[in-house]
Amino acid sequence: MTDAASAVLSVVLTVVVLGVGGLCAAAFGGVLAGPSVRHGLTLPLAETARLLRQRRRSAPGADLLLWRIAGAGLVLVPLLMLAVVPLGPPPVLDSAVGVVWFNTADVAVWALVWLLGWGANATFALVGAFRFLASALAYELPLMFALTAPAVAAHSLRVTDIVAAQAGLPYVVWMPLAFVVLLVGVAGFSVWGSLGPAAGPDLAGGVLGELSGPDRWLALTGRYLLLVAGSVFTAALFLGGGAGPLLPSWCWLLVKSAVLVAALVVLRNRLVLLRPDRFMEIGWLILLPAALLQLLVVSLLVTVGGWS
Amino acid sequence: MILPLVLIVAAALFCVGLYGALSQQVVVMVMMGLELMLNAVVLAAGALWLFLAPDVSGQVLVLVVLAVMTLEMAMGFAVAVLVHRTRGSDMTDQLTDLAEDPAR
Amino acid sequence: MNVVVFIIVFLVLALVAVVSGALVFVIDSMARATYALAISFVAVGGALVLFGLTYPGVITILMMIMEMAIMAVFMIMFMGMNPALIPMSMVHGQRPALVASAGLFVLLVVGILLAPWPQHPHAAPARARQLGQALMGDKMLVMMTISPVMFATIVAGVVLASHRTRYDRFGDDLDRRVASDPQPGGVGR
Repeated sequence: MTDAASAVLSVVLTVVVLGVGGLCAAAFGGVLAGPSVRHGLTLPLAETARLLRQRRRSAPGADLLLWRIAGAGLVLVPLLMLAVVPLGPPPVLDSAVGVVWFNTADVAVWALVWLLGWGANATFALVGAFRFLASALAYELPLMFALTAPAVAAHSLRVTDIVAAQAGLPYVVWMPLAFVVLLVGVAGFSVWGSLGPAAGPDLAGGVLGELSGPDRWLALTGRYLLLVAGSVFTAALFLGGGAGPLLPSWCWLLVKSAVLVAALVVLRNRLVLLRPDRFMEIGWLILLPAALLQLLVVSLLVTVGGWS
Repeated sequence: MILPLVLIVAAALFCVGLYGALSQQVVVMVMMGLELMLNAVVLAAGALWLFLAPDVSGQVLVLVVLAVMTLEMAMGFAVAVLVHRTRGSDMTDQLTDLAEDPAR
Repeated sequence: MNVVVFIIVFLVLALVAVVSGALVFVIDSMARATYALAISFVAVGGALVLFGLTYPGVITILMMIMEMAIMAVFMIMFMGMNPALIPMSMVHGQRPALVASAGLFVLLVVGILLAPWPQHPHAAPARARQLGQALMGDKMLVMMTISPVMFATIVAGVVLASHRTRYDRFGDDLDRRVASDPQPGGVGR
């Protein structure tokens, strides 16, 4: 196969994994929410049909340019995140700094969610935007240190190298804290579950409240895609990527990612909502020291114990 | 011809930033001007690394400039918060306590 | 990479960087001004990646998007009006500023054009590992200088910005066991 064909295959695969993954996550969430399995399974498609036909509305003075950029960006960022992950064939962008690339993409969500709240020119949406930035300050630093642990162990920032380095033992076994912290970060940048007060019901939907029609569809889709992209990346970084018996490697990666997505969807409404004033302390006093401690242990094991 | 081209672009960025830092009245806007000037320094440092220094020092310089940016942001915001709390605004024109001619 | 492609890509990035940098001081909306600056930084980060400085380039983009997201908060906090609706013009001494910056630009360009520059870039690749080893090796002094300055900045920033001291939190004799804070915090102290 030529280089061009393989690159096209990688791009198509990335888009398909994200799209199908997001659809499945939304359908699973629909089934959990009830009232019937059939209703839940058709919910994502029904919502899509409804929202794409709905007429757009906006408040006077809404900053439409920034608002639309935010919605479209939320769908684009997950694609950028997955571009550095090997989904079977080589990744779209086999970057030597893949981990930092992912981090950069997830920082872009700061700007996008804030703009989503700002562009609406509505009070509750803006309050939601500020809430997101506040909780982002609490999850982002622990997330960054959690990302460094596998990179230290694999002696590389390239995601392909990190996956290859886990051929013997998945990193989750000896970096459980970093794994948990990264999953909290994934929930954070997906505005998900406990970390979703930016779009909370107490704010009448917060950053999502003023959205309608295709704009709302883009933002909701972007949230599911971020969840899927974050889970696939976590599976590659901590669960050994495609390593596993019997099944082919792309299949294993999808199974592992699906388990993570399913766990996040199940936990969505089962944990208490953490407003930033509560989560700030949790992030800085629990998650950040935990991630740093994990990094210390990993560094010692790598340098003194010779682990990799 | 590539290096002079990059440096001229960096000079343009620097001068736009200088204009902003000199002409803006609000502390945060002044900081945006300073950021733009440092942005130009980053660009120039990258180009100078590419053409002059095939070792790691150019990269270290870029990282130092980034660190300077964060320090500038942190202190700038802290001062802006303090000024805003004590004076109810953050216009630079009111911060003339240390000026030689207090009438200005 | 082909030199022509290199120059074209660089010119596009340069145009984006300079134009969006200038827009910062032209457009009325504070949110748009802040994110115009972010775009300028992203373009410069892209130029660094183009030069082969992948790690510093991507780090620049990461940090600057973060900084601008925070900067927007301060802009809105201090301006106290809806900038999407009201045009803002808060400038002083515009003419001297224009003269100074234009003069400096001319000076810089003359200097750049007169200086003898090497014609060809070197082919040494930039590796993040190399950078890390330098910072922990023979460039250790840089790290040792930045670290205490960063720490001092954190302390100084909090001291300047916080309006509550430890006496507000722990009482006049500092004998309150649990700090009294306006927000309870999340870990049940």
